[in-house]
Amino acid sequence: METIQYDYPALHSVPQRVHVGVVGSGDLEVLLEPSPDGRTHVVVNTSVDGFEATWKNVLDRFFARFQGAVSIEINDFGATPGTVMLRLAQAAEGLRA
Amino acid sequence: MNTDAAARAEYRRFLERRSFIEMNARERVRAVLDPGTFREMLGPFDRIKSPWLPLQGIVAQADDGVVLARGTLDGKLALIAAIESAYQGGSMGEVSGAKIAGALELALDDCEQGRIILPVLLLETGGVRLQEANLGLAAIAEIHAAIIALRRHVPVVGVIAGMVGCFGGMSLAAALCTHLIVTPQARLGMNGPEVIEQEAGIEELDATDRALIWSLIGGEQRHAVGFADDLLEDDADAIAAAIRKAVCAVPASGRAPARSMQVERYVELLRTIDPNQPLDGESLRRLWKRGSPP
Repeated sequence: METIQYDYPALHSVPQRVHVGVVGSGDLEVLLEPSPDGRTHVVVNTSVDGFEATWKNVLDRFFARFQGAVSIEINDFGATPGTVMLRLAQAAEGLRA
Repeated sequence: MNTDAAARAEYRRFLERRSFIEMNARERVRAVLDPGTFREMLGPFDRIKSPWLPLQGIVAQADDGVVLARGTLDGKLALIAAIESAYQGGSMGEVSGAKIAGALELALDDCEQGRIILPVLLLETGGVRLQEANLGLAAIAEIHAAIIALRRHVPVVGVIAGMVGCFGGMSLAAALCTHLIVTPQARLGMNGPEVIEQEAGIEELDATDRALIWSLIGGEQRHAVGFADDLLEDDADAIAAAIRKAVCAVPASGRAPARSMQVERYVELLRTIDPNQPLDGESLRRLWKRGSPP
């Protein structure tokens, strides 16, 4: 098990918090909340060690498009990059609900 | 023409049916409660999670796999506890077990003061979480005690939809419920098939033989021998309706004694079994038709 943290710049605040996913085989849980300081903070807890570069690629790509200031906690149970992207997109969609 | 119209109506019903099994725990609770009344207690953002799993290298889920919500059923106050089977097999740890036990105890306090809260358990669990061992077992014992205390005031309704089923100490919790609802996909048993195969050998039970497993502990069988009260298709609306019917059932004074109180009846049923003779699901159904003594 490994914990990785990232920070990203952000452009605007978000109105609410969103929870999606489950810490089940090949899946992950995303807890998204408004950030307290106008920047984006991501904490990844993952069951699979040694994929720091892959996490950075996936998150860099997501936050190139998503500009909200959020604190995100990811609890991962071996999700593939595609699943991670889908869950992040689902959480972002939840902000508009 | 008529059969065409009937077939079309049937097809439309099938298409409109919402699967309860495919829903996660939170979706199941929302599907059961009156629309717009879902109010979660100790949700994921409260981050009351397992302190033990990360010490063993396992990522913890923020709600420890249990969703608790207050809301209403046909306008009456209700408490729903649902177990998320995708997280650690729906296992009961210290936190997840204490969440259910605590919520039931609060509902009990309310009932004792004359504020009726209808408790509903959506059970999908392999039983105790082995990584948390005795702490999980202690919580399960508290859940049992709370169900027994609560059912003096209100019907305690349990639902096992599948596909995990309900095993171990939590199968006892299901058996203690006033009213138990199952689907054909559900399973209810003390020891899971894999455990039996591992402990007693494949000659005793082949855990890969799904037809055999369901013929012994599947929802249809459990209903046929009287351990479950309703057998329903995997249909969220039908399950929600059956829960409403069960919670509105006759007051405690007019109900038949709970299954777990009918000791004589079950001793009599056990006497009908000859342990020297082979017994399969079909012959048990003949012996214990809907749980009535022959």
